Amino acid sequence: MRVGSTFKIALRALQRNKLRSALTALGIIIGVGAVIAMVSIGNGAKAQVEAQIAGLGENVILIFSGSTTASGIRTGWGGAGTLKIEDAEAIRREIPSVTLVSEEVVSNAQVAAGNQNWFTRIYGESADYFELRQWALADGAPFTSQDVRSANKVCVIGRTTATQVFGSEDVVGQILRIKNVPFQILGVLTPKGLSTQGTDQDDIVIMPYTSAMKRVLGGGTTLRNINAQVVSTHDLAPAQRQIIELLRQRHNIRAGRDDDFTVRTQEEIAAAATATTDVMTGLLAAIAFVSLVVGGIGIMNIMLVSVTERTREIGTRMAVGAHSRDILTQFLIEAILLSVVGGIIGILSGIAAAKTIAAVKNWPALISPASIIIAFLISSAVGVFFGFYPARKAAQLDPIEALRYE
Amino acid sequence: MADPSAIAAVRLEDIEKTYRTGEVDVHAVRGVSLEIARGEFVALMGSSGSGKSTLMNILGCLDRPTSGRYFLDGEDVSSLSRDQLADVRNRKLGFVFQNFNLLARTSALENVELPLLYGAGRLSNAQLRDKAERVLEAVGLQGRGDHHPSQLSGGQQQRVAVARALINEPEVLLADEPTGNLDSRTSMELMGIFQDLNEKGITIIMVTHEPDIASYARRNVVMLDGRIVGDRAVTRRSNALFELEKLSERPPEAVEPTVPS
Repeated sequence: MRVGSTFKIALRALQRNKLRSALTALGIIIGVGAVIAMVSIGNGAKAQVEAQIAGLGENVILIFSGSTTASGIRTGWGGAGTLKIEDAEAIRREIPSVTLVSEEVVSNAQVAAGNQNWFTRIYGESADYFELRQWALADGAPFTSQDVRSANKVCVIGRTTATQVFGSEDVVGQILRIKNVPFQILGVLTPKGLSTQGTDQDDIVIMPYTSAMKRVLGGGTTLRNINAQVVSTHDLAPAQRQIIELLRQRHNIRAGRDDDFTVRTQEEIAAAATATTDVMTGLLAAIAFVSLVVGGIGIMNIMLVSVTERTREIGTRMAVGAHSRDILTQFLIEAILLSVVGGIIGILSGIAAAKTIAAVKNWPALISPASIIIAFLISSAVGVFFGFYPARKAAQLDPIEALRYE
Repeated sequence: MADPSAIAAVRLEDIEKTYRTGEVDVHAVRGVSLEIARGEFVALMGSSGSGKSTLMNILGCLDRPTSGRYFLDGEDVSSLSRDQLADVRNRKLGFVFQNFNLLARTSALENVELPLLYGAGRLSNAQLRDKAERVLEAVGLQGRGDHHPSQLSGGQQQRVAVARALINEPEVLLADEPTGNLDSRTSMELMGIFQDLNEKGITIIMVTHEPDIASYARRNVVMLDGRIVGDRAVTRRSNALFELEKLSERPPEAVEPTVPS
């Protein structure tokens, strides 16, 4: 019955102290804003990582050459050169669920055209690579299995390489000299942007692996890794087991000895990568939550000060007929109004902050409705929780003492 | 004195109030019986420590007596709960305090509306405003409704407080040293308002320690050490309007304090 007028009373009390009300709400605004902005950025980063993992292609299995130890010095993955071209062919031939296979060698080389040159990464792949990585061409066409078989001097290049060497993206049909060998450019890849590690994925030249081995690496028959794709997610684990079995057999590894290669499925890689971003998102949310709690304590602090400062006012209200409950409700409504209004402004400023950071820093930001609802509920709860103690303190004042308070 | 057949505005029967402070019991009020009829204007007098403030708190339903019975407008209020007392204060009592107790940074109108917000009746904003404006007019503050207390003089602030006390048409108007913070001229003006309200039938109980101010009342009750030691009708009653007229005719220092009523 009295809630309506108590609401009016609380609103008037807040209006009387506009600056103080604004400053109190500011704690909640910052807290809620931080939660929204942090969670958005965290979610954005996670989504980006997931997109990049998906960018590897779907249902991909990566087979790396093992590491080797020579005189106590261990090489990294691929260093041992245990994977042969024949291994890739065996996988292609003997494991039915594998549909696409790309032999991969990697090198860095100076490339040149005209009077410009550029240091870039050279990937040797099979013709399956573009389909397997779901990497379309922006211009031109990919090389064919015929090119791979004949080790033709052809390549496709990334946008960064194209603009650095030629100053334009219109480079199909041009000649790119790699280690002074002229390669014809067949196509330009669609840009992928930065990888999770921060490398430019468009700074690349892709050519048949046969050409790379013969003309860039200068001989050799070992592969750094093999990319394989299976039909469906269900095939990933069985195919992984079959590949391990096949390669152990081919490499004559006796039972009990370690593999000289590593087989990873895309799911494993994704899990590892998202685990990192999950930790980051959690950390950001935790920091933001702390600031929300600090904002809540700010409300409690101000409400306590306010109760002391307004003791005579409370006494007067009681003298003219306010029940303890009216006083309790009034101060509680004041606290909740502050935190809810602060929460709403916080949500808006959090969204604005996330978008600004996303625009300025070129980070992705993903504003999830769940985080908005949760932040709003938490801010209201903060108002009730931190407003209750001061409100009860006010309600329990003795009217006579309160009226005499100086 | 009051007609015994009519219900008295206030009837106290053997009221006692004892405070326990540690080991010692403080007997603030020791057996007070008092009857105040409707339409009376009583000044409650006494030195500090005489128990008049405690008695005033009991009369104002801000405090409950340790023993004895208190009938306000025929209703026994001596054993009501905290919230019931709050309702009695809202419906039947109006308070005027020494330090005005107006809400700061709140317009005179909103200050006057305050008791209505805690009342049982549901009034629209327009009704609230209308009612508050009428009461402000009654105390001579028409057109000042939007002023904040800091923009008003002490006398005007006290008149806002009187308006607030009157808005619920109380049975009794209680004033605790209402002129304590006012100069003599403003005090007279306030007494003029009180006498005018009393003429219109409002019962007034006023605590004061100034005999000058007490002389504006119809009846003086004197307390000492928690007991009533004097209760007499005022014979040489001051008339505030008359006093004020004299004040404007003559220099202020030559004021004669009392005239027979």
